[in-house]
Amino acid sequence: MSEPKPTVGFTENELRHREELLDEMERTRWHRYFRQIKKDWPIYAMLVPVIVFFFLFRYRPIGGILVAFKNYDNYAITIGESDFYGLYAFRYIMFGPQADRFWQAFRNTFTLSTYGLFFGFPVPIVLALMFSEIKNEAYRSVTQILSYLPKFISSVVITSIIALMLSGGNITQAPGLLNALFTKFGWIEAGTPMLSEPEYFRSIYIISGIWEGAGYGSIVYFAAIMAISPTNYEAARIDGASKLAQIRYITLPGMAPTLTIMLILRIGEILNVGYEKVILLTMNRGANVLSTAEVISTYVLSLGGLTQGASQLNFAAAADLFNSLIAMFLVLGANFISRRVSETSLF
Amino acid sequence: MKRLDRTELLFTILSYVLVTLFVLSTLYPFIYAISMAISGEDAITMGRVVLWPVDVQFDAVAALIIGDRAKSFWISYTNTLFYTFYGTIFSMVLSVFAAYALSRTKLVFKRQIGFLIVFTMWFSAGLIPTYLNYQDLFVNNRWGIIYGFGVQAFNILLLRNYFNGISKEIEEAAVIDGANHFQILTKVFLPMSKSAIATVTLFYALNRWNGYFWNRMLVQGTEHPLQVVLQGIAEGAQNTDVVTNYPYSEYSLAYAAIIMSIIPIVVVYPYLQKYFARGVNVGGVKE
Repeated sequence: MSEPKPTVGFTENELRHREELLDEMERTRWHRYFRQIKKDWPIYAMLVPVIVFFFLFRYRPIGGILVAFKNYDNYAITIGESDFYGLYAFRYIMFGPQADRFWQAFRNTFTLSTYGLFFGFPVPIVLALMFSEIKNEAYRSVTQILSYLPKFISSVVITSIIALMLSGGNITQAPGLLNALFTKFGWIEAGTPMLSEPEYFRSIYIISGIWEGAGYGSIVYFAAIMAISPTNYEAARIDGASKLAQIRYITLPGMAPTLTIMLILRIGEILNVGYEKVILLTMNRGANVLSTAEVISTYVLSLGGLTQGASQLNFAAAADLFNSLIAMFLVLGANFISRRVSETSLF
Repeated sequence: MKRLDRTELLFTILSYVLVTLFVLSTLYPFIYAISMAISGEDAITMGRVVLWPVDVQFDAVAALIIGDRAKSFWISYTNTLFYTFYGTIFSMVLSVFAAYALSRTKLVFKRQIGFLIVFTMWFSAGLIPTYLNYQDLFVNNRWGIIYGFGVQAFNILLLRNYFNGISKEIEEAAVIDGANHFQILTKVFLPMSKSAIATVTLFYALNRWNGYFWNRMLVQGTEHPLQVVLQGIAEGAQNTDVVTNYPYSEYSLAYAAIIMSIIPIVVVYPYLQKYFARGVNVGGVKE
């Protein structure tokens, strides 16, 4: 601080007072922040676009949640103009005349996730174990790379292939390949439109989900297995441990932290069933299949009139908020537990 | 010792067999799709195509690429190229800047800004408010699709974790040489985190390329990307129950469109896969 001191017209006392005031300002936090921001302004300039983005597209919509508490059911008026209805929309969807549909969607979401977790969680682990057994490096990396591939294909392509392969056929067209195969096995009646039948939806959704995600999901477990020191296995072999014993006492304990975190995170996401794949699988398949296929997010979209029919935006937003809140607590809870269990967390 | 070798051998053989089967199951649909795209109409109608093409024809592919079905297909294809190219650049610039800033130790309000970003991973306003917000802000044209989407908190954190791992000495050396923040980022950080950058770029580009739902909701007809048009073609193929005038099955057309939509992914995939397996592991979990 070497400013030229204005000496003319000031007494020495006044000058000392001025210096003291300046010092005090320096010490205040805001002044310090300001100086730091000014010094490193490019860093803060870099943050501006992202903050604007998050504000406009992630935080601004939160205000729209008000819709759930209002009598707002069309796009003609603004949210501000509509009357407050309190918790009416929540009461209506949960206990009103059509409450069954909401609870059905809630149950379906939960069922799809739990089944998906129960059958889907072990598959990438087993796959990673098997990859680690393949000692021919070239073959292993080729198979690994190919196994990730479905994860990168769009849900439109995946669901289109599923639909074409499962189609029951019609007057001009033979049934899809898988449909014909299942008919041959006697699992279904000839020409069954499998995607329109509620009883097949869960299996189709879950099995295709496992097929899509298993290879990619194995990456994390494979890395965990590779991190285990080979000397452990050598020692076990000398002690006469069988392969299964080695997996049981070396591999699985070595993967334990990864396993725990992945399991906890999956449980935290149990209410987040993606809407895109469900919409694509059930589009134009009739109302029947919805008894097992409708999940909260697709229920919200259809109530909101986004995918079909008239809009009941307040009801849709209420169901949406209910789901978001539960989902948030699940994710936070999962993360909290994961931090406690393993001192590792995603956030 | 003898018995022991046998269980190990058995396990190894089992692994080879099951891995091979799994990989065949991931490859099969794509081979089948190619075969269906170039098989004759009768063979498809009678359900005779199982693995390899039967009565090879290229009429469906030709119709899609240069023939009378090509126009809307190529419009949507160029739309998708546009969305993917500019969208990925947009998402990457914002994410890399944010990750760099958040990796600075001296950043004022670092915790608060970090929380602002992380909070979006825990809670989202929901589909309806999000949709209303997009309507409000006129995100209903091609540029809206670019700037209204694509920055994900998770990817920012992934990059930030990677940047945090870069040694402070190298950075200090650059500072002594008189580098400013922008130069440190582009000359030191970016070259040193290739795998993280490649991974996040791949995630963003795939999201754009594969995006369906919001594109369908927000933009109209000629601005629709490939996935929306593709869905229409596949849907149409299943619902055709009259004999068409075309010299190919509608199924062939649908499968040809499917193949065309995944060609770019299959082309860039071998170059990027070596990065993302590493990038996912390094950035995914924070210690």
